[in-house]
Amino acid sequence: MTSLPENLIACPDCDLLQRVPPLPSGGKARCPRCRKVVAARKKDSLDRTMALTIAAAIAFLVANVMPLMGLSAVGRTAGTTIIGGIHEMWVQEEKLTALLVGFCVVLAPAVKIGFTLAVLFAARRFPAPAWAGTLLRWAEMHEPWAMLEVMMLGILVALVKIAELATVIPGVGMFAVGALIFLLAGMTAAFDPEEVWERVRWADGEAPRAPRAQSAGEAGG
Amino acid sequence: MKPGPRTAAEAGLVLCEICGLLSRPANPEEPGHCPRCDGELAFRRHHSIQRTWALIVAAAICYLPANVLPVMTTSGLGGADEETIMGGVMLLYTTGSWPLALIVLIASVMIPLAKLIALAYLLITVQRGSIRNNRERARLYRLVEFVGRWSMLDVFVDTFTVALIQLQPLMAVLPGPGVLFFASVVVLTMLAAETFDPRLIWDSSTERTTQNE
Repeated sequence: MTSLPENLIACPDCDLLQRVPPLPSGGKARCPRCRKVVAARKKDSLDRTMALTIAAAIAFLVANVMPLMGLSAVGRTAGTTIIGGIHEMWVQEEKLTALLVGFCVVLAPAVKIGFTLAVLFAARRFPAPAWAGTLLRWAEMHEPWAMLEVMMLGILVALVKIAELATVIPGVGMFAVGALIFLLAGMTAAFDPEEVWERVRWADGEAPRAPRAQSAGEAGG
Repeated sequence: MKPGPRTAAEAGLVLCEICGLLSRPANPEEPGHCPRCDGELAFRRHHSIQRTWALIVAAAICYLPANVLPVMTTSGLGGADEETIMGGVMLLYTTGSWPLALIVLIASVMIPLAKLIALAYLLITVQRGSIRNNRERARLYRLVEFVGRWSMLDVFVDTFTVALIQLQPLMAVLPGPGVLFFASVVVLTMLAAETFDPRLIWDSSTERTTQNE
């Protein structure tokens, strides 16, 4: 295979070939034709993302174990967790909907957080094993389906609807979900997947080219 | 300016949609797999137009029952009360929280419909080889991709209302058949947006400029 100039890229949204100049840390490049962001250099991407991902993993566990809210009405109390809500949907014979909700608010965020964490640990080595690439691909595939912020708004609407019937007390789980939403957004903002791809051993067995100067220092350690 | 290949496809190069590696496949008829991540390579997503149309038509079929059938049934001592999506919006409006009523109206009724229209418009203009408003069409596509998830709002509203209001025998909320249709509309339109290949928007323009040069 003839090797291509290293700074030559194609826009993922319009396929235009273009050369990306070396970007400063924190810099972005947009496609001149369709305005898509085609490259972004993020500062300390791997370390920052790892910190945020570990925090997100903790928040995720708390959000799923602790009750979201308690409710008292006509002298009775009830409460629910995320899993409890899904379980109720399942019991009420809306099994497909229950599975979909479970996928969007439990499985997809879990895959994203868990796999990203594994990828980041694997990418500390150079070259990183090829399975890191596979996990990264899975993590990115699940990203659009992780809908915790939509769920949060949904819960808010549900609470307003039932506010006149019952008194609702927000639980620890609710605060954990709130924190998790910001941590997940932070992960996406801090993460530069390209930096991982540059370190991963190629599927055809080739070792990757030397990583960028910025990450070369940590490679030795 | 020297006329040369403007796009990767023209130059015989293919961009991996998974890892972003640009490579030159040995056989352009069968690009095979990405040398870096082993993902399947394609110059354009396979049968993008047909598949996107199929998903849109399926979503449009589900859109009607999603809005007509009840998404929730409230049963209490005084009998049962069914609620559709629009009914839920009206309930929020009459109980005085019009900002939330507006959010639910936009997320549940308007966004799914707007997505269907927007994707159909993109497909029709691509099929007719349009070269106009490319940038606006590219922006429209990104918007469709971005807002799609918010339509799932009502599914979560129903799930957590059902989960909380289980005070048998006084009062219980049960999910209605509309929820599944509604969730189907959201999932199908999200899949349709993922299936559509935005590079098709620009291909007609690329062909024309190449011919003129």
